Amino acid sequence: MRSYAAARTMEGLLIPMGALTAGVIVFGLFCAVLGSNPFGVFYSIYRAAFSDWYSWQNTLTRAAPLLLCALCTALPARAGLIIIGNEGAMVIGAVGAVSAGLLAPDASHVPSLLLMAGAGMICGGLWICIAAALHYYRGVNSVISSLLLNYIAIALLNHLIEGPMRDPSSLNNPGTRPIADVQHLGLIPGSRIHDGLLFGVLACLFAWFLLSRTTFGFAAKVAGGNVRAAQLGGLGIGRILLILSFLGGACAGLAGMVEVAAVQGRANASVNAGYGYVGILVAFLARQNPAGVVIISLLLGGMMASGGMLQRAHNLPDAAVLVLQGILFLFILWSETLYGRWAERSLRAG
Amino acid sequence: MQADVAMEEWGVVLGVAAGAVRGSIPYLFVSLGECLTEKSGKINLGMEGVLLMGAMTAFAVSDQSGSPWLGLLAAAIVGAMLGAVHAGLTRFPKVNDVAAGIAMILFGSGLAFFFGKQFVAPMAPQLPLIDLGSWSASPAIHSALRISPLFFCGIALGFALHFVFQRTRWGLRVRAAGDDPLAARSIGIPVDRIRMTATVAGAGLAAVGGAHMTLYFPGIWSEGISGGQGLMAVALVIFARWNPLRCVAAALLFGGAQALGPSLQAAGQAGYYHLFNASPYVLTLALMALTCSRHGGVSGAPGALGRNG
Repeated sequence: MRSYAAARTMEGLLIPMGALTAGVIVFGLFCAVLGSNPFGVFYSIYRAAFSDWYSWQNTLTRAAPLLLCALCTALPARAGLIIIGNEGAMVIGAVGAVSAGLLAPDASHVPSLLLMAGAGMICGGLWICIAAALHYYRGVNSVISSLLLNYIAIALLNHLIEGPMRDPSSLNNPGTRPIADVQHLGLIPGSRIHDGLLFGVLACLFAWFLLSRTTFGFAAKVAGGNVRAAQLGGLGIGRILLILSFLGGACAGLAGMVEVAAVQGRANASVNAGYGYVGILVAFLARQNPAGVVIISLLLGGMMASGGMLQRAHNLPDAAVLVLQGILFLFILWSETLYGRWAERSLRAG
Repeated sequence: MQADVAMEEWGVVLGVAAGAVRGSIPYLFVSLGECLTEKSGKINLGMEGVLLMGAMTAFAVSDQSGSPWLGLLAAAIVGAMLGAVHAGLTRFPKVNDVAAGIAMILFGSGLAFFFGKQFVAPMAPQLPLIDLGSWSASPAIHSALRISPLFFCGIALGFALHFVFQRTRWGLRVRAAGDDPLAARSIGIPVDRIRMTATVAGAGLAAVGGAHMTLYFPGIWSEGISGGQGLMAVALVIFARWNPLRCVAAALLFGGAQALGPSLQAAGQAGYYHLFNASPYVLTLALMALTCSRHGGVSGAPGALGRNG
């Protein structure tokens, strides 16, 4: 039996590593065919993302919203619900946060941040709850409903920043009025990284604890594994789905609040910058595991940080990063078919 | 004065009708392609990537070769290749259709943006239009009745697909593979091969829809060109309950809803432009909430949809 457990552990390490390596090789071939030196391209990615403190700061700043957005997919996934409404929840969270900030302009630093974070989280959480409720009460496919909610959220944002909430002085780049200076999120001491990174890491820790160390997390796992068994065991499936979706949406909403309070200083079209979609990728690559989310967020945050460098140093379009992400995702999915092979062989041999 | 107001309202109606015809073409092809794929039991969420790749390929080939028809063909081939990757990957029991679809969206749109960067040519040679409005003196009616041949192809395709599903041996096999792959296998139907064919053909059709977006006025390639239409097609097929004829009707409806925003803007009602643009999404969501049921999903769905096996 020990060799079976060992084989399982080895699979858990070797298969993702192998899939990543294979994806990197294919992307290298892609670059080589197009006339760029693949080693040069990978060195540039490394240099732009992980080589010194400056590039690490770039990577970590981009990893912060990824951590939060990934949880929006990873938390409901534990109960078997696939949610890809991360981008919409982030946008709605940003709208909620900026509204709260503008409504209470005289609040001091910490209370106003708490207020904005709370508003963003509630908006994002309820937004994703729509998809979960439609799934539970009406049997609507959550992938499609949460996807549609993305487009509705983005349209709502565009309507608000160009209509009712528009700052008359924002001409070419419509946005809401800016929030006050005291409402801005601080930086981590000694760096240019905003506190959003702390939020992200804490949220992942909390999610890990909730899913792996509590009865609720176990109930969610049962519900995700076998709905009938969970119902027979007397678990409230609807409650589990709604709570996990609310928490996931709240994380993405918090990412929206961070984008408003630390980066943009207001809500504008840049709030919808694609972190939500990369967050889905992070969650799937991490196999919906909050601890894995931390590692993958760093990796993909680094990749996002290197887009500009690829353009400058190799004259590759910044969409090269998107191609690399797609290839890696495809290989990781393909590698899912490999799990269990060695472990079962060791079981039979033993 | 009153005549002006009447004219304006008539203009909105005409704009919506023309927009419905124009805007429905991508929906027609993508939803019929998706319908074919889903009838065989597979979900291809990657249609968004296929659409973008189709649009970019058609633009590039049409621009370089000067022949829009060659562009159309190239788009269909590239789309079919993306479909083959999706089908090849989701053939494995452990690979989730939805996750693979998201990966294909990233991969397809990444490739399209990557290669599309160099095509900043303002306009590629476009498909010829069929002129049905030459009898009218009004330029508005005239321009509204210049219709792309792809529109008629799409409608014919809907009827053809309906015939194939209902009346042909291959259509029956596709439906069998989608409804109960185990039973289909037990009577010797090659389920995997049928699903591969259906997914490849479906993606090829979707890419034609993408090609229309760059081979029709204004005929430019931009990264935001599809605006999620590939994903909405998936919802549209559910809305149409996997019936090709209802797909055609739904595509027209969605095209019309999409045309409402710009037409209202042209008529001076700009305040709700973005909300009107979102109306197809709200419509789909509402219709899904109404037509789905808590137990047993949506009626008309292929039995093994999205399940591997």
